[in-house]
Amino acid sequence: MAETALTNTGQGAGRLPGWQGIAADWASDQRAFKNVSWGKAMMWIFLLSDTFIFSCFLLSYMTARMSTTVPWPNPSEVFALNIGGRHIPLILIAIMTFILISSSGTMAMAVNFGYRRDRVRTAVLMLVTAAFGATFVGMQAFEWTKLIMEGVRPWGNPWGAAQFGSSFFMITGFHGTHVTIGVIFLIAIARKVWRGDFDVERRGFFTSRKGYYEIVEIMGLYWHFVDLVWVFIFAFFYLW
Amino acid sequence: MTNAAIHMEGQIHAHGHDAVAKAATHAVGQQHPIKLYLVVWGWLFVLSTGSYLVDYFGLHGYLRWSLILLFMILKAGLIVAVFMHMAWERLALAYAILLPPIAVMVFVAIMVLESEYTHFLRVLFFAAPS
Repeated sequence: MAETALTNTGQGAGRLPGWQGIAADWASDQRAFKNVSWGKAMMWIFLLSDTFIFSCFLLSYMTARMSTTVPWPNPSEVFALNIGGRHIPLILIAIMTFILISSSGTMAMAVNFGYRRDRVRTAVLMLVTAAFGATFVGMQAFEWTKLIMEGVRPWGNPWGAAQFGSSFFMITGFHGTHVTIGVIFLIAIARKVWRGDFDVERRGFFTSRKGYYEIVEIMGLYWHFVDLVWVFIFAFFYLW
Repeated sequence: MTNAAIHMEGQIHAHGHDAVAKAATHAVGQQHPIKLYLVVWGWLFVLSTGSYLVDYFGLHGYLRWSLILLFMILKAGLIVAVFMHMAWERLALAYAILLPPIAVMVFVAIMVLESEYTHFLRVLFFAAPS
């Protein structure tokens, strides 16, 4: 009984076009997400709730920045680095952005190879993704250290509005936590892929359920979401 | 972007013709050519470079803000549509996930009004005399 919930029910794969199809799917005595497994649907719903959490963080940052009469510190200057004697604005954040995008690229390809049942390539690409993620967190730790050394605190900083520090630590801290959890999640799933759990349908130690390669795509959804959140943080916090 | 759109079109087309075959392919999951992901990856790099250059060249005012938003929306759209496969998911799921965040826009509008009011009061009563 529980096993059938994992796979497609095969019911009603055809659909009416546009809104009629949506209304039909959501109508009574229906399973709304027909050809979407519960695991994927639940991950999407979790990500939706996470969207609201990050929206609230960015909104509180917007409110603080719009309502303060003290000038906001210029992020272009705050996050500038001196490399080889040259003063380059925002360079660390730009590199972090490219690293996270690259990790999304390798993750998308891991999902693809997973569905082709290419065990080794999937595991390797997932580990590469995890390595990119760990690099990102490492650079964030460097960034935090640099700012704390320069005197940024949640209650004040040397350059302007006091809310800069609290917004910065809250938003990037929460995002960094998501990346860290993602890295752990990636390594755990990569191990299962590498061991061939999804080829022999080995049962999980905790749920006692058979695993499928779809977990790689569900894992990928989480990972891409972390990248997606960074797109918004980069635009609103660092560039604005 | 166009590539993804073409791909999506193809999927919808296939759907209309043989829903059964479509259901069968869905059973083994999302299958797309690797090239599609590489193209999107490339575009994400180009768009990120674009948004970084906005800061590098120190553009300001409405030009800066509109470019930042444009690059942000294009990047977010590519990630959700192609990397997260939302372009190929059933509409009932896509709408259930993509519509609720629009409610956040209402929240944004409320907080913009609120913070402008707070700012006005701060200027009126608390600004240091100069």
